[in-house]
Amino acid sequence: MVKNIIDVRNLSKSFDISSKEPGLKGTIKHFFRRQTKSLKVIKDISFKIKEGEIVGFLGANGAGKTTILKMLCGLIYPSEGSILVSGYLPFRRKDNFLKNITLIMGQKQQLIWDLPPIESFYLNASIYDLDKFEAKKRIKKLSEMLEIDEELFIPVRKLSLGQRMKSELLAALIHEPNILFLDEPTLGLDINAQRNLRKFLQRYNKETNATICLTSHYMKDITSLCKRVICVHEGSISYDGKLDLLLKKLSPVKEILIVCRSEEDANKLENSGFTVKNKIKNEITIKIENNSITSSLKTILNNFDIEDLFINEPPIDEVIGKVLIKKNYDI
Amino acid sequence: MNLRKYLKVYKKFLHTSLASELEYKTNILVDLITAILSLVGSIFLLSIFFQNNGYIGGWKFEQALIIQAIYTILNGITNTWFNPNLTEIVKHIREGTLDFVLLKPIDSQFFISLKKINPSGFLEIMLGFLLLLFCIRINQINLNLSFLTLSSITISCSICILYSLWFFISTTTIWFVKTWNAIEVLRSFLYIGRFPLNSFSFSLRIFFSVFIPIAFITTIPSEVFLGLSVIWKILLEVIVATVFVITSRRFWLFALKFYSSASS
Repeated sequence: MVKNIIDVRNLSKSFDISSKEPGLKGTIKHFFRRQTKSLKVIKDISFKIKEGEIVGFLGANGAGKTTILKMLCGLIYPSEGSILVSGYLPFRRKDNFLKNITLIMGQKQQLIWDLPPIESFYLNASIYDLDKFEAKKRIKKLSEMLEIDEELFIPVRKLSLGQRMKSELLAALIHEPNILFLDEPTLGLDINAQRNLRKFLQRYNKETNATICLTSHYMKDITSLCKRVICVHEGSISYDGKLDLLLKKLSPVKEILIVCRSEEDANKLENSGFTVKNKIKNEITIKIENNSITSSLKTILNNFDIEDLFINEPPIDEVIGKVLIKKNYDI
Repeated sequence: MNLRKYLKVYKKFLHTSLASELEYKTNILVDLITAILSLVGSIFLLSIFFQNNGYIGGWKFEQALIIQAIYTILNGITNTWFNPNLTEIVKHIREGTLDFVLLKPIDSQFFISLKKINPSGFLEIMLGFLLLLFCIRINQINLNLSFLTLSSITISCSICILYSLWFFISTTTIWFVKTWNAIEVLRSFLYIGRFPLNSFSFSLRIFFSVFIPIAFITTIPSEVFLGLSVIWKILLEVIVATVFVITSRRFWLFALKFYSSASS
């Protein structure tokens, strides 16, 4: 049986936030008498994550995804509740715990700006107490997986964002952690760089059985990496379960564009009982429920003269977007 | 604490920060020239103060030069280690990159205090020591074991006090986010350390001994050089340095509990 590597129970976090009225008067008032209020950004959440799982945290900006990740890796003290990661209380930041985890943030970097990435790798290797031979071996292995070579010897400031992100990943993985916290790792990357990064993470997970907790606003990251998602809405969990179940629930129908041989055939199809979305000359778009796609298509192909047809999945961003604004999803 | 590991990491810190700095040759050259001009300017200023009256606060010019030499050494240490690292704490906290430091299996205070080095500060340290040797000669100071021990102890204590004060102020960034001004105020007070404490009024002497311990940073080590210091002052400096180091360490660990990291 696969063991739980992360166990979160009734976790809450509050921050003191100061607010300011607009204008000069507000600024002066704010300077002399700052008004702060306690804001509960994480509200009584509980979940468990199994070893080797890749879990995506979904939520709108400010929903609390990053705060959860930062509590899981021990950067922020929880206000209430308990967290166990790999058997450790994260906020104690014990060396053995820190050797097991890594945090990668798409918008922040740890590489030394003026030097080639290789220098940062060896610095990290010494911090994780790796000898030179072992460090060299790991850098070679990871650079092959990440498909970077010459970039290792070029100053970071001269690398492209994609090359820099790959180097950041290498720096963060040199100690071979078995829990990865990734906060928007593909932020700002082009499509190819995003795909390469996803490919790498899939391979890393497969080869090392590492647990990966990921937040991203790019739905492709979530759909290609995560079987399970945890949706966070205003600090609470609105859904925790399989991604495909959520997608099925949220988009029960598919749109099919059918190109008929003649307009007459299209007219016949329009009146044959299918839900029609629109019709332009010999092209007709109908909606079919996911569970009757095969039988419906069989009927259409047998009874109508069809030139071509296209099955359109509803845009995933649109579907997930529905989750982000809703408080609770029971599936 | 694994000393071997920490030495290995510090060697890497030295290597990476020297390599980073050497990327900008002109900057180093400008820093070196600034260090020389700054020392020449300070000695010139000091000589003007002593022009009318041969003594200030009971100190001769040749004796006051010792304070200048110690100040130059400390300023060199400040520019080599404290300035590049401790001012960076503010940046780490404002931008949230302290996250990377805290998630490494290494003492966070060690990491943020020693990661960077400014090689041009070395020249200042060297100039300070040269001036100190010159002062030893013109003041006919007898170099014996007890003198060397006491002067090493008091200078080390000065470094500890200065570091702790600076670190303490930088740590408050966790709550106040911007503390550049406080650090600038501290640096301005340190300029005062170039003059003998006796040259100030009684109330200022109390202020610079109790609240901002400038007296402990430059005057007491200088008194050791001139054989003017009494043992209780040296002991007091050791106690003050120990209290400062322990307090700043505890304060850092306490402050980290309030670290909320920067938003993404």
